[in-house]
Formats: sequence, C-alpha cells, structure tokens
Amino acid sequence: MSEHLWRVLSLQDHNTRVVIFGTAILGFAAGLVGCLTLLRRRALVGDALAHAALPGIAGAFLVATALGYDGKSLPLLLAGATVSGLFGIVSILLIRRMTRIKEDAALGIVLSVFFGLGVAMLGIVTQMNRGNAAGLESFIYGKTATMTESDARLIATASALCVLVCIALLKELKLLCFDEAFAGARGYPVVLLDIVLMSVVVVVTIVGLQAVGLVLVIALLVIPAASARFWTDRLVVMMVIASLLGMTGSFVGAAVSAMLPRLPSGAMIVLAAGLGFLVSFLIGTQRGVLVRFWRRRQLNESIDHQHLLRELYEIFEHDPDRVSVPYEELLERRSWSRKRLRRMLEQASRNGWITENVSKMEFALTDRGETEAKRLTRRHRLWELYLIRYADIAPQRVDRDADAIEHVLEPEIVAELETLLDKELGKTRMPDDPHAGGVGS
Amino acid sequence: MDPIALSVDDLTVAYHRKPVIWDVEFDIPQGKLVGIVGPNGAGKSTLLKAIMDLIPRASGRVEVFGKPYHQSLHRVGYVPQRESVDWDFPVDALDVVTMGLYRRVGWCLPIRKKHRDAAREALARVGIADLAHRQISQLSGGQQQRTFLARALVQDADLYLMDEPLAAVDAATEAAIVELLKQMQADGKTAVVIHHDLQSVPDYFDHVVLLNMRVVATGRTQDVFTNENLQKTYGGRLTLLDEATEAMRRRERGI
Repeated sequence: MSEHLWRVLSLQDHNTRVVIFGTAILGFAAGLVGCLTLLRRRALVGDALAHAALPGIAGAFLVATALGYDGKSLPLLLAGATVSGLFGIVSILLIRRMTRIKEDAALGIVLSVFFGLGVAMLGIVTQMNRGNAAGLESFIYGKTATMTESDARLIATASALCVLVCIALLKELKLLCFDEAFAGARGYPVVLLDIVLMSVVVVVTIVGLQAVGLVLVIALLVIPAASARFWTDRLVVMMVIASLLGMTGSFVGAAVSAMLPRLPSGAMIVLAAGLGFLVSFLIGTQRGVLVRFWRRRQLNESIDHQHLLRELYEIFEHDPDRVSVPYEELLERRSWSRKRLRRMLEQASRNGWITENVSKMEFALTDRGETEAKRLTRRHRLWELYLIRYADIAPQRVDRDADAIEHVLEPEIVAELETLLDKELGKTRMPDDPHAGGVGS
Repeated sequence: MDPIALSVDDLTVAYHRKPVIWDVEFDIPQGKLVGIVGPNGAGKSTLLKAIMDLIPRASGRVEVFGKPYHQSLHRVGYVPQRESVDWDFPVDALDVVTMGLYRRVGWCLPIRKKHRDAAREALARVGIADLAHRQISQLSGGQQQRTFLARALVQDADLYLMDEPLAAVDAATEAAIVELLKQMQADGKTAVVIHHDLQSVPDYFDHVVLLNMRVVATGRTQDVFTNENLQKTYGGRLTLLDEATEAMRRRERGI
C-alpha cells in the first residue's frame, strides 16, 4: 500500500502521470471556458448536455459490440455521448420554441428524462452482460483509474484545442457575452460565435465525462469561474485564475483518486474545486465576504474619526480660548454610546491627533490633529455649501446628506468643489459653518 | 436637397408573428439631429434594431447611405439602451470603449496601443478620461451612458443610432451629451436618437419621427412637432391596429 502511495505521489507510474496531467489540462480548459459560459448565462447548458449524454454512451456500447467492435473504445463512446447530448439540447430548444414552457423547466424535463433513459439502457447492457460492460458506469461518477494513456491523451488534446479557440477569439467572445446587440450591429456573426462557444462547451463537457462523471462535470465549468470572480474585476485575470483553479482542482482530485481507487475522481475533483470556492468566497480580494466586511468596518471607523475631529474642531473654533473639552460634553454632541466614544478617543490618541489629561476625561487637539480636523471640516463644509447652493436642498437637511456623501469624497471632487465655490471661500479658504446662523460672516 | 443618410421603406417587423411596427417609412437627410419620439411599446427600439438587421423583418427595405446596412455598417455607430447589458461584467470603461474598435483591430488579433489611445481619446471627449480603469459597475448611471457613447464615438462613424442615451442620466451628463450631439452635427454627422422627454425635443432635435407602431409624422421639428401630431401619437389609442394585433395573437395562441 505505502509503496503504491509513493509511486502515485512521485508520479513514477507512467500511466498515472499521463492520466493526472490529462485531467489537469481538462480542468484548465474547463475553468477558461466556464468563465465565458458563466458570463453568457449559459452555465447550465453543460449540465443538460452531460446528463443527456448517457443514453448515447450506452447506445454506442450496444451498437459497437453488436457490430463486433470494441465497445469500450473511448472515441466511440464519446461520439455516442456527443450525438445524444446534442439531441438533448435540441430537445430543449424545441420545447422552448414550440410551447410556452420556460427554459428552466425545459432543461429540467430533458435532463431528467435523458438521464433516466441512460440509466435504463445501462441496466439493459449490464443485464445482457455481453462484452464486459463493467466500467461504463464510471461515466456517471467519473473514474480516472479506468483511463488508459491514450484516453488521457485524447482528453488533453481536445482540451488544449478548446483553450486555443478561446484565446484566439477572446475579444469576439467577450463582446458576444457583454453586448450581443452591439456585436450584431458591428456585423459580427452572433449566431456563429454562439455556436463556437457552445461547441467548446460541448467538447469540454464530453471529454470531461470520463474523468469527472456526467453528474458532476458541470461543477468544473461553473465553480472555478465563479471562484475567480471573487478575486478580480478583469476578464483576462479572471480567466487565468479560473483556469489555474480548475487545473489545481482536477490535479488534486485525480491524484487522490489514483491513490485511493475506491474514491470516484469526479467527487474528489469537485470537492477540491469546492474548497477553492470556499477560500475565494471568504478571502477573495475583490468580492470576498471578509474583504467586504473589513472594508465596511474601515469606512465606519473613518466616519467616526471624522465626526470626532470635526466636533472637536468646531468646539475650539467657536471658543478659541478654550484649552480642552470634557468627555461628557463630547458625549452629548452626537448619538455616540459611551463605549464607542471611548474607543474613538483611544484610537485618535494613538494616531497622535489628540492629547488627554491624566484622568483621560479632558481632551485637546494636537497640532497634527488640528491640521487633520481642519482639512476634514473644510471638506465637509464645502460639500454642505455645494448642496445649499447648487442642489436645491433645504439647509436644515444638509448635514445628514453631507454626512452620508462626504465620507466617500475623493480628492478630485474636493478640488472641483473648491473651484466651483471659489468666491465663497474668501481668504481663510475655510467656509463658515452653515448651521451657525451667520456667525462670523 | 441633402443626400439621404438613412432611408426606411415599408418596414414591418413582427415578434412571434405579432406585428410591432407597420409600414414604417421615412428618409433622414445627412447632417441632421433626429429625435424618434413615441409612447412605450411604440416600437422605437425595434425600429433601430430592424434597421441594423438585428431582428428579422417581415417586409421592407432599409438603406444606409444608399446601400444595404451590411455594406455600410462601418459607417454606423450604435448606442444600445443602457439597461440592455450586465454592468457587473468584469471589464473597465476603457475595455468597453475599445469594443467599438474590434472590427478595425481584426479577427483574432490583440488590441494594440494605438487602439487603446483612440479609446482614451473618446473617453476624454465624453469627459470621463479619468475613469478609464474603473470597473463598469463602479460608474454612475451617467458615466455608464457616457462610456457607451464613447464606444460609438471611437468608431468615427457617419450615422449614429442611439437608444435613449438621455434616459435616467444626471443633468450634467444630459448637457454634455447634447453638447456632443451638436458638435457631431457640426462635423457633418447624422444622429438618430430615441428620446422620451417631449419638453426638450424642440431644443435638441431639428428633425423628428413621431412613431406609434407606424409613423405618425416625420419632418422638420418646427413643421411636424405639433400638438395635433402629438395627440395622434400619444393620445388616441390606435384602436383598429390594436384590435388587429390582438386578433392575430389570439389566433396564434389557438394553434
């Protein structure tokens, strides 16, 4: 056993090596193609196709053995799978066009009926028990262990071809997925491009049947692409990440299955890809939930800081002779809880913006804090002024709106506001507090 | 008489054999700013799409600069409705604008620097050069509309077909787009614009097509943009036409 494990891990066994690399290339292609189908909202076509392929596999076996050929030759079985898979897709299109049944229902009907038919035919094949039909059921759950070297080569070649097609037609397919009408208006053959995209899906799905199994092959098209979206906002980067995720998932899944032949490789591949999804979902740098949670917290904290500094600035502005502000007075200025204000003050003190007395109940701005407070207050008032002058908003409502928006003000907008409100600013370059009722103006 | 930029003759379009526009006929002279006006469901978007062969016609003939559309498509720029695409798509504003150049780039070839430069220039023309690398869902509605406009501008076409470019945009964007339209007109371009706000029609367009399944009136704004014609377009239901449509639909369902 341990010797077997070592042979697999070190990839000494030539057959295992070829099979695992073939599956990895399949995963790479599926991740790439999956990005396009996901964006084209055709992700489930692969699923229907895969399920509808089963009768074709059983049928091809029956016909081939009846004619005296090798019933388990992979190209033959896959040819059968393709024919019945496409037949399934045509059925979906026909049901949708000729009746009032919607696409999802049509998909469900065709997918289950074809799969049922396939299982029944497989049962008949096993019953007849001619030409050793064992192994055909590996198409349902996927089994790399039964793969031969030539099978793996076929899978790798077909997958690589799909990758090449996607790369060559990258911008055309991107345009098709983003804006079909515009593509058509520019004279692109939209239907032809759609057929190319679907063909690539068909090829990846069909050659993926043996490795991943028809129940799960859709996962290889959907999961890596969906995972990749958590990391980036750029299509090309998304495709690279999805391909790498698909490749890694397939590699790990196929390797585990090779080590423990009782574990179906399809399940292992999907689990590995699922793990990749979970990680992306949590820590994806663009859209992962943790990043979004952290960003929201950052925003809330910075809003708190800005409020605190502005309150302090306004207190000292109102009464320039004051030296410090007591905690209780600050507490009353806004709807802060004691705990929250305490935390804000501590943070501000750590940032070197405020100084505190020994009892930590009296606070004053440091020079640095004052500069920062002045900048923030100025930005806030600029925005308020803009809203009063240009946005026809009643002055009483201004503060709330200003609070909501000014925290996301970017430097360019501040600069724009400054030019717009140049006259109002005067020499001090600091607008007056619109709530102060004309004090100082 | 100016040469004709767009000529539509006897155009009828049907969705699922339900007619959407009937016998539409009009000529647009070159160098005009044309507003297409009509109520919801009048077939305005359908008309534009049918002109560009995006949907099959039941009958009719369309000529763009005297030739069928597919022979003149390099001279036509299209601005689809903003809602027609998924703005969550993983591309940035510059990518979207570059799409207007894909035909010029050529099949299977990568985008080169000169194309990106042209796209940047188009973004600058619509006033959002600084947003070139922003993901498109991070753009405001007005900025998204400007991006779409830039994608059409970058083609440097002679006839522009625009589907509600002024719908749901901020005042600044509306002013900028109108300014751009006037400038395009000054450069000798023709623009056919679906427009929803009747108030501004006389200010923005010198030519109108009043459409409600059929052409109610077409011509110079000061001649045809009258209360009477608007009444005909929006007011009275086209009872006979409606009934015919409904009857055809019922029969269709019965089969």
